Amino acid sequence: MFTYRKAYRPYISPWDPCPPLLVKTYETPPQLYMGFQPMGLPQFNSREALRRGTLWPALFAPYTNPYKDAKGGVCDDGGTPMDG
Amino acid sequence: MWVYEKKLQYPVRVSKCDPRMAKFLIEQYGGADGELAAALRYLNQRYTLPDQVIGIVNDIGTEELAHLEMIATMVYKLTKDATAEEMKEAGLGAHYADHDKALFFHNAAGAPFTATYFQAKGDPIADLYEDIAAEEKARSTYQWLINMTDDPDLKDGLQFLREREVVHSQRFREAVEILKEERGAKKIF
Repeated sequence: MFTYRKAYRPYISPWDPCPPLLVKTYETPPQLYMGFQPMGLPQFNSREALRRGTLWPALFAPYTNPYKDAKGGVCDDGGTPMDG
Repeated sequence: MWVYEKKLQYPVRVSKCDPRMAKFLIEQYGGADGELAAALRYLNQRYTLPDQVIGIVNDIGTEELAHLEMIATMVYKLTKDATAEEMKEAGLGAHYADHDKALFFHNAAGAPFTATYFQAKGDPIADLYEDIAAEEKARSTYQWLINMTDDPDLKDGLQFLREREVVHSQRFREAVEILKEERGAKKIF
């Protein structure tokens, strides 16, 4: 599944002082992948576009707080946490 | 930890007595897009980058320290035998008044080095894009420096350093590609 948020399992030392964040995430928003924007992409209606900040669903990528579920080791991208 | 090897990454030779060129070269020593800013930027950013790209950034940051030594050697060779009068004539009077012939981290216009020359944003894409931009800016600085000298030996060293900027930029671009890949996805064999 394609996502705008990637997750990885960082190295965790047995000597780390704080309880570990098992999964960390970073953002990879849509503009990294599009290259030159193709002509004729589907558009939001103007009311929606004004609210969302873009005319195109392909560029709409709202940000959510990744720490909400982070402590349980579950990532926010709909995928399952990676294997070791 | 680093292991020090007591030689330069690439030999530095200067065949023309041109202390004025030292004043321009110092841009790559203590300037915004210089080698010190590059080394400190990468060696600081590496801690909070995803594991897959830490090695790239660490290695490039280390190499920047080797470039810093090369620039220092060039500047030193160009000024070490200058008299106070010659320093003044080369436009280095203000530098001489404060530092004698000692090197100092400032840019070609004399503005002292500052940590505000670079950023550590914590967002890996933002940080790597800054790194790519920094490499391109350093590449152009080397071009303008090459344009200002006709010393073939000095040019040779500067050409080498310019080429390294090209390679580093490519490596940072590859790091971005690595981060763009879907790694959490289940692999099917």
